[in-house]
Amino acid sequence: MNHIRVPTPQRLPGPAAVAARGWFAAHRWLLARRASQFLFLALFLTGPLFGFWIAKGTLASSLTFDLLPLTDPLFLSQSLLARHWPETTALLGAGIVLAGYAATRGRLYCAWVCPINPIADVAQWARRRFGWKKSLRLERATRYWLLGGALLAALATGTVVWEQINPVTVLHRGLVFGGSAAFGAALAAAAAVFLFDLGIADRGWCGHLCPVGAFYGLIGSRGFLAVAAPRRQACDDCFDCFSVCPEPQVIGPALHAPEGAPSAIKDGDCTACGRCIDVCHKSVFAFSVGGQS
Amino acid sequence: MNASRRDFLETAGRSACALGALGLGIAALAPESQGAAPVALRPPGAREAERFLAACARCGLCARACPYDTLRLARLADDAPAGTPIYVARDVPCEMCPDIPCVAACPTGALDKSLADIAKARMGTAVLTSPETCLNVRGLRCDVCYRVCPLIEKAITLEAQHNAGTGRHARLVPVVRAEACTGCGKCEKSCVLDEAAIKVLPLALAASRAGRHDVYGNRARTS
Repeated sequence: MNHIRVPTPQRLPGPAAVAARGWFAAHRWLLARRASQFLFLALFLTGPLFGFWIAKGTLASSLTFDLLPLTDPLFLSQSLLARHWPETTALLGAGIVLAGYAATRGRLYCAWVCPINPIADVAQWARRRFGWKKSLRLERATRYWLLGGALLAALATGTVVWEQINPVTVLHRGLVFGGSAAFGAALAAAAAVFLFDLGIADRGWCGHLCPVGAFYGLIGSRGFLAVAAPRRQACDDCFDCFSVCPEPQVIGPALHAPEGAPSAIKDGDCTACGRCIDVCHKSVFAFSVGGQS
Repeated sequence: MNASRRDFLETAGRSACALGALGLGIAALAPESQGAAPVALRPPGAREAERFLAACARCGLCARACPYDTLRLARLADDAPAGTPIYVARDVPCEMCPDIPCVAACPTGALDKSLADIAKARMGTAVLTSPETCLNVRGLRCDVCYRVCPLIEKAITLEAQHNAGTGRHARLVPVVRAEACTGCGKCEKSCVLDEAAIKVLPLALAASRAGRHDVYGNRARTS
């Protein structure tokens, strides 16, 4: 949560890495992430589209292969605060999700699963392309206040009221359940995030406001997966990683870790998207599994 | 008061204000704060309105489990919070499956698993909303709502009345017995009129209760 000054990038990130390592190597994790996002959506869509059911429900609560229950722990927290004690299925489902992300990294959800992420990525990409630098200044901590507000609202109203407007679940539900009206709501949610990020605040939604991301950020980064900077002595200060990173405040400490010390990014804000690994033409970064890199 | 203490109090105070403002903003979205009770019909076993909205994950597993595609998730235009399960009786009524798959599929308990007998479900109550157009009330023998009722003779009965129009015939007036009606909506779906004369209303709208001083119920039922 330290506010480390992030240098203003002077060039587009990417071309240097493509020149150094080739296009595929410079887009490896981006492609893997898009594949993962597509896969998580496809799991829910094979049923309605082709009659082959893998995951039923939505990201809020689902049942995979009529066996594995998964429930969004943020939804469940709100439900508990609204004074509803859920069925064991939902409790078990939320426990599994919590354990899974705690074992890996909380905000893995944001970069690898969340359907809003590609939209926010496109907005950030467009901003860089257009050279738009002006942005509404928002504290990164605003998302924690929104998270608190959502939980407080559940407590005060006795209903899970945040889910009325949560663009993450609105978008996913619209995509999975389809129908022109549901799809319209999904489209509106996606457009709202896109326009806000593009026109108003750089990385505004995912990086500053989203309570879902804030919640997964709180699960933290004590799991076995992290991005690290094992070859940080090769860094030539090109700032491409800062430029491409959705949470650039997390990079500094890893990059400036003392020689020989572990360089894994400890900050819970890091979504482990791996774009810094992709765009670094000096191959400074790598995924670190279980503290190794 | 030293500076750091004042800073701390200011931060704490402003944070509390921010949290309160955000909470109020989100709470204003609560359906309860919008006034009117929702008119949409809920699946069997649905808990009462506010508790339902505390429990429902809007995951749609109930709708996926419904073999007749009766249940669907509310859209923004529907009279229920978006994403929560509803059905529209005139489109697809509840077929009252004995194994109640929608309730079994609910992961959160928004649909109460203690509902074991579908006949005990109270999704709403059928009401003869337009007796002036009802063919039976007008003296014909339509009887369709009565015939399709899964609880025939329990939830809908036909009551013989004098037909003052002809002076010599009977009218067989459909009467809904709210104590037995599940609100499945088969009657509303099957009503032959262009606009159904009998409609299922949510319990909150259809409910009535006799006055506390009422002792008239001691006599035999009148109709």
